[in-house]
Amino acid sequence: MKGSFVRPNPLPGFGPAFGLTLTWVSLIVLIPLAALVVRPWSLGIAGVLASLGSPRVLAALELSFGASLGAAAINVPLGLLVAWVLVRGRFPGRQLADALVDLPFALPTAVAGIALTTLYAPNGWIGRLFAPFGVELAYAVPGIMVALVFAGLPYVVRTVQPVLMDLPADVEEAAATLGARPPQILVRVVLPAILPALLTGFAMAFARAVGEYGSVIFIAGNMPGLTEIAPLLIVIRLEQFDYSGAAVLALAMLALSFTMLAAVNLVQQLLARRGG
Amino acid sequence: MTARPHPVPVLAVLAALAALTFLVLLPLAALFAEVLDQGIGRALAAFNDPESRAAIRLTALVAAISVPVNTIGGLAAAWCIARFHFAGRGMLLTFIELPLSVSPVISGLVWVLLFGAQGWFAPVLERLGVQVIFATPGLVLATLFVTFPFVVRQLVPLMVAQGREEEEAALTLGAGGWRMFWHVTLPNVRWALLQGVLLLNARAMGEFGAVSVVSGRIRGQTLTMPLQIEALYNDFQAPAAFAMAGLLALLALVTLGARAMLEWQTRRAVDAQVTPA
Amino acid sequence: MRMQICAKAVAAALLLAITIGGRPAAAQDSLLNVSYDPTRELYREVNRAFPAVWQSQTGRSITVNASHGGSGAQARAVLDGLQADVVTLALASDIDALAARGLVAKGWQARLPEQSTPYTSTIVFLVRSGNPKAIRDWPDLVRPGVRVITPNPKTSGGARWNYLAALGWALRQPGGDEASGEAYLRRLFAQVPVLDTGARGATNTFVQRGLGDVLLAWENEALLAREELGAGKFEIVYPSVSVLAEPPVAVVDAVADKRGSRAAAEAYLRFLYSPDGQDIAARHYFRPRDPVVAARYADRFPPLPTFGIDLFGGWAQAQARHFADGGVFDRITAPAK
Repeated sequence: MKGSFVRPNPLPGFGPAFGLTLTWVSLIVLIPLAALVVRPWSLGIAGVLASLGSPRVLAALELSFGASLGAAAINVPLGLLVAWVLVRGRFPGRQLADALVDLPFALPTAVAGIALTTLYAPNGWIGRLFAPFGVELAYAVPGIMVALVFAGLPYVVRTVQPVLMDLPADVEEAAATLGARPPQILVRVVLPAILPALLTGFAMAFARAVGEYGSVIFIAGNMPGLTEIAPLLIVIRLEQFDYSGAAVLALAMLALSFTMLAAVNLVQQLLARRGG
Repeated sequence: MTARPHPVPVLAVLAALAALTFLVLLPLAALFAEVLDQGIGRALAAFNDPESRAAIRLTALVAAISVPVNTIGGLAAAWCIARFHFAGRGMLLTFIELPLSVSPVISGLVWVLLFGAQGWFAPVLERLGVQVIFATPGLVLATLFVTFPFVVRQLVPLMVAQGREEEEAALTLGAGGWRMFWHVTLPNVRWALLQGVLLLNARAMGEFGAVSVVSGRIRGQTLTMPLQIEALYNDFQAPAAFAMAGLLALLALVTLGARAMLEWQTRRAVDAQVTPA
Repeated sequence: MRMQICAKAVAAALLLAITIGGRPAAAQDSLLNVSYDPTRELYREVNRAFPAVWQSQTGRSITVNASHGGSGAQARAVLDGLQADVVTLALASDIDALAARGLVAKGWQARLPEQSTPYTSTIVFLVRSGNPKAIRDWPDLVRPGVRVITPNPKTSGGARWNYLAALGWALRQPGGDEASGEAYLRRLFAQVPVLDTGARGATNTFVQRGLGDVLLAWENEALLAREELGAGKFEIVYPSVSVLAEPPVAVVDAVADKRGSRAAAEAYLRFLYSPDGQDIAARHYFRPRDPVVAARYADRFPPLPTFGIDLFGGWAQAQARHFADGGVFDRITAPAK
């Protein structure tokens, strides 16, 4: 097993650890996903294409991927701001704010969905403020975006934060001494250094948002073609005994996510190679 | 080491805090406001219901199995990925991270495709008389899948950054593999590992989408806490649902509190090491 | 070797999980009733009452477990191996799906009286107190500015009855035909802001979130919501005509035979037809079949002209034509291009 594919290394334990890892990955991830990859083809290629090409499916995929891109795009500046403030700022309650960032990680999605809907529904604390102007938050695309931004925020903050921490503050200070203002420091000095982390954070937030289910179904209107997300459509197909149809959609989403993650890992490796 | 952070504009601090308030703090406050609205007494009474107690026990069991399995597996994977270069390393990492970007619904669906009555392994299970889907094993499997990457994701970046010099030094000094692991590797990643375990545990207890596909919703038997919340909410028992949701939210807060504490302690330990030198 | 130890630990943990939760409960002392959404309260009481009956009949004790969810989702779970001894679902077509896979014997509907439906219901309107939008009948639902809450017919059995009730009204109008029916449904669903996945979800949206002007609901659900959630906050409007909704029950033969629970499962379903069972159903706002019990609760259930599922050619045809992929429902809710 240790053959030639692993570069020689004095450290022990590669064999057993690798074996355990492969067992673990295979049992819990690969075999189940294999079932998913095989299943749709019982429809035949034409059937798969027809199943993916229906307007309702396209609308759901467009909503899921569009809203997720939007939410991730919002999360990048927002997450950067929060991470920067948490790392460099000194203000009372900073540690509390720091801990709160992880809440979307830790809070069960269904609980988050109920809480966000309670807040943003037309009779909720925030929804009430917008309702008189005819602005709908819950049960419309803005509500979906809120839920997705909520779900993705910690990914950006937590990937950027450690890099910002490691970034020697004296570089920023030197820039400040040379007369640079905070926004300039951010754009010229900080941003290039954290670009890889920002990219990872964006990808993670995006991937998480695409698959998000528990919190979104509470706050989305779930109207076909308008506010129906792709994961819900999978559930709907499942409930109609349409296993292959559900698997087709799941596989399409999986392929898109996998491509995304692989691309980010590749870019990451390129940046690392260039940097080191 | 003496890096003194220069001031961040007050406006930026306020903006960040406002974002956190609207996105995170207010939903949480709304949740607890609903609980308090009903009165603490009624909220506590909700936990006397045998079905709710069964849900709490089941959630604890699922977490008690998922956490060690994914922690051990995660440690092994992190050791391979962070300490060795081998063909397909990037691929392996991508596969390990895949569950993070897979919709929870799919995470449940895959187990149904394998172990459901129409699934690949249905005949075997039938012969053994073992029920996987719609029973505790299915819930455990779905949870394992969903919480799979947490430990690896915490460990790999840190271990890569730390490099392997310390471990090589330990070996040169004559330590065996396990000694090196217990005395060098593990202490070095202790904080990140605990952080990963805490998040893993929180997610294991709070997962909704994946377990809802494999649960079967048998009251008092296959409802985990998040599913019980949904069931109560749909029973027109909103007070009990919010009480249970409040408990899970509290758990999340305790998790985050413990993490913050760990982080603080570790930093102090690091400072104590560094200052005399 | 250490790897093997770790692998064994993993295997042991999985095995533990299987032994703790995986073994099907021992036969003849338990039943699992897999049911749909708005029967939660009904079966909670039935499941409390039945053990005494079973005890007096056989001298044995029994516990009945319940599982609730969208009717289609529940049938899907049984197909996937949920060990239901009996199913009590919202639509015959969901049990037909079980019969098609051999879990329930063909001709199941003839095994119990009244086409295996021990109680019936219908579809009514729940409106806010004082009926501010003056909603009296089906045409009022498509007036501009009226927002209608109904769940998704793809996932909810109740929503299919809602849909068919609306369609039936349109078909029975002078000059009504398939085209005019479809046109009415298209206008109706254009007024729907939220499609919940289940009947209970829709009720919660209407009642707790304050969304919409009218909720299309099971009569039992509407009565329950009015009693439980908003004394004086909601009113029930009976339209001029509605559908006779018949939620059927059946023993899941494959499971009952495997677990040896057939006798108990059959006794459980027969209990639903007994005077006591009928009384429990009526108390929970389902219309009883038993004329004596019905007379006792007559003030609760006003007479209402209804049409049955045969207006649409039976469930198999209605299901294929309206709710299958590419069916009428998909067509009327397709995104405008």
